[in-house]
Amino acid sequence: MQALGFEVLWKGKNFARLMGGLWVALRISLIAVGISLVAGVLMGALMTRKNPLIKALTQLYLETVRIMPQMVLLFLAFFGTTRWFGWNLSGETASVIVFALWGTAEMGDLVRGALESIPRHQYESAAALGLDGKQSFLYVILPQTLRRLLPQVINLITRMIKTTSLVLMIGVVEMLKVAQQIIEANRMKVPNAAFGVYLTVLVLYFLACWPISLLAKALEKRWS
Amino acid sequence: MLNTKKLLALTLTLLFVFALIPAAAQAAPVYRTLDEIKADGTINIGVFSDKNPFGYVDENGEYQGYDVYFAERIGKDLGVKINYVSTEAANRVEYLETGKVDIILANFTVTPERAEKVDFALPYMNVALGVVSPDSRVITDLSELSADDPVIVISGTTAETYLIANNPEVKLQKYDTYANAKNALENGNGVAWANDNTEVIAFALQNAGYTVGIPSLGSQDTIAPAVSKGNDTLLQWLNDEIVSLADEQFFHKDYEATLAETYGLDYEDSLVVEGGAVNAK
Repeated sequence: MQALGFEVLWKGKNFARLMGGLWVALRISLIAVGISLVAGVLMGALMTRKNPLIKALTQLYLETVRIMPQMVLLFLAFFGTTRWFGWNLSGETASVIVFALWGTAEMGDLVRGALESIPRHQYESAAALGLDGKQSFLYVILPQTLRRLLPQVINLITRMIKTTSLVLMIGVVEMLKVAQQIIEANRMKVPNAAFGVYLTVLVLYFLACWPISLLAKALEKRWS
Repeated sequence: MLNTKKLLALTLTLLFVFALIPAAAQAAPVYRTLDEIKADGTINIGVFSDKNPFGYVDENGEYQGYDVYFAERIGKDLGVKINYVSTEAANRVEYLETGKVDIILANFTVTPERAEKVDFALPYMNVALGVVSPDSRVITDLSELSADDPVIVISGTTAETYLIANNPEVKLQKYDTYANAKNALENGNGVAWANDNTEVIAFALQNAGYTVGIPSLGSQDTIAPAVSKGNDTLLQWLNDEIVSLADEQFFHKDYEATLAETYGLDYEDSLVVEGGAVNAK
């Protein structure tokens, strides 16, 4: 194991620092995921509207966020807001904003797709049973939508967790940055540390995302 | 129908982005004057957190290195606490232009392009560019490179700017962080790595199997602290500080404490700049 440089993890506070970095990454992504799940459902419902103005605006929002690389969005949120409005957002706040905007857009599109995939006759049957618009949405359409959404939402959440590795570009010291700091601080004495440290980072990302997959599997079983 | 919509969305997006650019150019920079920093009691200093031995974080989470040694002294002499901000090569100018840090002390090479956007104080170190490559194929001249031989550079560094301006035929492979560039060279993604010569000398000394084929490329440059454009009070204080520190040979002490282990004492006098006075060597 010596060859992979795992020993650098046990020097000083290194392992605690790495876990601290993981916590920063999870804090940013999970707050953003929380916002995205709620806002995304509203966004998705809006996107199915026939109103051309709403359609154009939601489409513009979705495409803007989707076309721009997350890195550009992070720079706009962190440095751009200072330049244009004089706001001094912290790196972490800017990250949460960008991830929430991104997650809401993607989530909205997923919800829209799931809603539109519910066959027409489901709405008609609900109406035939005497349910009004709100009731049929809540009791007939939404449960089916959620079931269809689950796999894609899990995919989105894990993608959001992993993409937090970009926030180091706006000065947020998350897990990957701590990993690079540890590797660099030891680059003379333990030149192989990159292998061991990155391997550990890989395992930690996996451990962070795996419970979410397990939860999804359990839910899918329960709902089927 | 869908395509028209997408095209429309794309066009609007681009318009939106371009509309923002002039706004950015007009906005006044936000910086804190010397008195404001003193009154606040904390100075924000942008340093590298993964560039051993200039700026890095040790196993106890403390910032260390040649730049940090100087930063600590600045904090002490100003009588303020230091808030270190972890910067990357590619965002150092941006940090100063938005006033998100007061000083950048991150191995920042003075160039005319950068001097248009930030104000450099007196230099505290000399640097030139160098190119390191594996022993299996040592590059001693840029003309040895064919069109299929990518050279690794870190985005936003002097090496990148120099090669684009002077050797546009060289194919560049850009990485955002030092650690990624290092990994790329070790994995053979590029045939050589162009960076500050201190960096490549140290890299070759510590990593068997690599040679600095080109030890000095381009002109001799200097490394200096930088402040936001127009922040004259802080700039003046820094310049006075650097001049007065010459009396105690501060940067020689700094070199011996932080860099000697990496570059050896042979390079001390050629690398260190004392009192902002660059030797005409």
